Amino acid sequence: MWNTVFPYLLSGISVGGQYALIAIGYTMVYGILRLINFAHGDVFMVAGILMVYISASGLPLFISIPLVLLLTSLLGYLIERIAYKPLRQAPRMSVMISAIGVSYTLQNLVLYITGGLNQLYPTIPWISGSVTIGSATTKVVTVFTPFLTIALVVGLVQLINHTKIGMAMRAVSKDFETSQLMGININRVISVTFVIGSFLAGVGSLLYFSNYTTVIQTSGAMPGLKAFVAAVFGGIGSIPGAVIGAFIIGIAENIIKGLDIILFRAGLIAKPLGLATFSDAFTFALLIIILAVKPTGLFGEKTTDKV
Amino acid sequence: MSNTTQKKTLSKEQILSAVIVLVFYVAVFIAEQTIPSTSMLFTVLKKGATYALVAVSMNLLNGFTGIFSLGQAGFMLIGAYVYAIFTIPLAQRASVYQYYNGGIVQTTLPVFIAMILAGLVAAFFAFLIGLPVLRLKSDYLAVATLGFAEIIRAVFQWDKIGPLTNGSNMLRLFPTFNDFNIRNASGEVTIYLSTLVPLLISGVCIALIVLLINSTFGRALRAIKDDEIAAEAMGIRLSSHKQLAFCISSFFTGVGGAMLAMYQTTVQAKSFTTAMTYEILLIVVIGGIGSVTGSCISSFLFVACSEWWLRFLDQKHMIGNFEVPLLRNGFRLVVFSVIIMIVVLFFRQGIMGTRELPDLFRKRPTDRKKGRGIKA
Repeated sequence: MWNTVFPYLLSGISVGGQYALIAIGYTMVYGILRLINFAHGDVFMVAGILMVYISASGLPLFISIPLVLLLTSLLGYLIERIAYKPLRQAPRMSVMISAIGVSYTLQNLVLYITGGLNQLYPTIPWISGSVTIGSATTKVVTVFTPFLTIALVVGLVQLINHTKIGMAMRAVSKDFETSQLMGININRVISVTFVIGSFLAGVGSLLYFSNYTTVIQTSGAMPGLKAFVAAVFGGIGSIPGAVIGAFIIGIAENIIKGLDIILFRAGLIAKPLGLATFSDAFTFALLIIILAVKPTGLFGEKTTDKV
Repeated sequence: MSNTTQKKTLSKEQILSAVIVLVFYVAVFIAEQTIPSTSMLFTVLKKGATYALVAVSMNLLNGFTGIFSLGQAGFMLIGAYVYAIFTIPLAQRASVYQYYNGGIVQTTLPVFIAMILAGLVAAFFAFLIGLPVLRLKSDYLAVATLGFAEIIRAVFQWDKIGPLTNGSNMLRLFPTFNDFNIRNASGEVTIYLSTLVPLLISGVCIALIVLLINSTFGRALRAIKDDEIAAEAMGIRLSSHKQLAFCISSFFTGVGGAMLAMYQTTVQAKSFTTAMTYEILLIVVIGGIGSVTGSCISSFLFVACSEWWLRFLDQKHMIGNFEVPLLRNGFRLVVFSVIIMIVVLFFRQGIMGTRELPDLFRKRPTDRKKGRGIKA
């Protein structure tokens, strides 16, 4: 039984870590701007495409990886400057529509550049290698992801709790107007938030696409939405919440993918039920349930803003 | 069409608008008999009619009630499937449901009844999903409805319900727009109606929505959009009004889905993606959130640009020996996205703002609504 479940659990934890890195971007932006950044999943996808093109140009890894992360952060910064900043005073619906517009633009731009074909993700030595743990043979990236995720999250929490810009972020997310009156440069704080979010999405894309090996213009949409659900599940605005939510969703999703085989080997069902179809649907069912039952999520601050 | 005139008799502007609509239909009828039916014009009109209906019903929620729903693709999927399942001729079922022994539904309904059924089933699902989801506010509601559409898409592809939905395989061979053409005994087309009928169906549905918007119920919806608390204080029951608006909008979206099935001639669950919802949302935004006329105009513009006028951007062009740079597959969509971003950022009113067709003929002073922005 354990031998059947373990590989799914392992890949669940790994995917969960990758979702966590994306979810942090959602949760931080929401905490400050009260905006669901629909384009965040596409930033993640663009990071994958950048890696494909940059490594095709023959640059060594120790240059190409930092370059990808730098360009992804820059992209996040530019999106905020071009598409969200002019709408600071506009109603929330307009900003959300703008975010959807950015998502549409990024996807079409990548479609144009790649010609709409699956791009083979470069293999990164070491993390693309395989490793055997107990009953499961998997890529090193699967084992490596949760540790890197947790290290980055710890670093981020330190940044938020112990630096000046972190303090400014906390102040802005508590009260936008008052923090402005206190002399905080709002635009700078927002830019930093987008840069951090995009940077983490870039790291997430390195790990995610090393695992899934191909990138196409739509491959950011699903992980993006799932990471968003994770952020809501953990309580939007809360970074530990987003991480825990992402791990839960990643594990649950992978267990459902393997549920047919698990139940079959356990002798509970005689023939496969095709339950793997529901691995995506489950995430959204979870979203609807959590919003209906506990809209603040697991660790969310108590506010009546959401319902 | 507009409720700014409270008189019972039709105003001059309204009559003028009605004439314009009538002239449009007559022009389409004449064009259809004279221009070869393979012309892109008819493709655009057919798809435009479908998108116009869906866009207007989305506008009913987003523009008039203030419910930011992104579940359109899900409701269209339901409508398209219900229509297709109930109209495939009995003789063809064995070949369509080849993996499921001809399927379990063994009745065939007339086209129009199947379309209404498509709407009703979509509305029923809207009722169920509305119970938990409509309690949520703006962006949470958006994501929950988006999630619902994804769930529907997954469920319809599940092979355990294959006898009903044909699993992840295509549904096909049901009546399409071309079956509206009147043929003589030898099978030759005598009167072309394949474009006019969809436009009429869509027109009738949109007219019903317009009547609804201008009724007491519609005014209650606008009150909810402007200020929920004030509306509640005026005695409007929020939950039941929102629920009803959601169901009505989904009904028409379902009918739109059935029309899309007819337009495409095949239905497959995997094509009803979030991108489809986004496209419709962008149509609504370009037309002007809160304007039925705007949604209709921008649907036709959007479809015409994406299917016809901007096609040249996808092909290589030579001027003498000079190859025009950038033009290759996909460039059309990039240009399109840029236009959309410009509209979203700088022309938030869209084409029409909140004005309707009759408002265009009024003199300036009655344009006071023009300054109103998009309300959250």
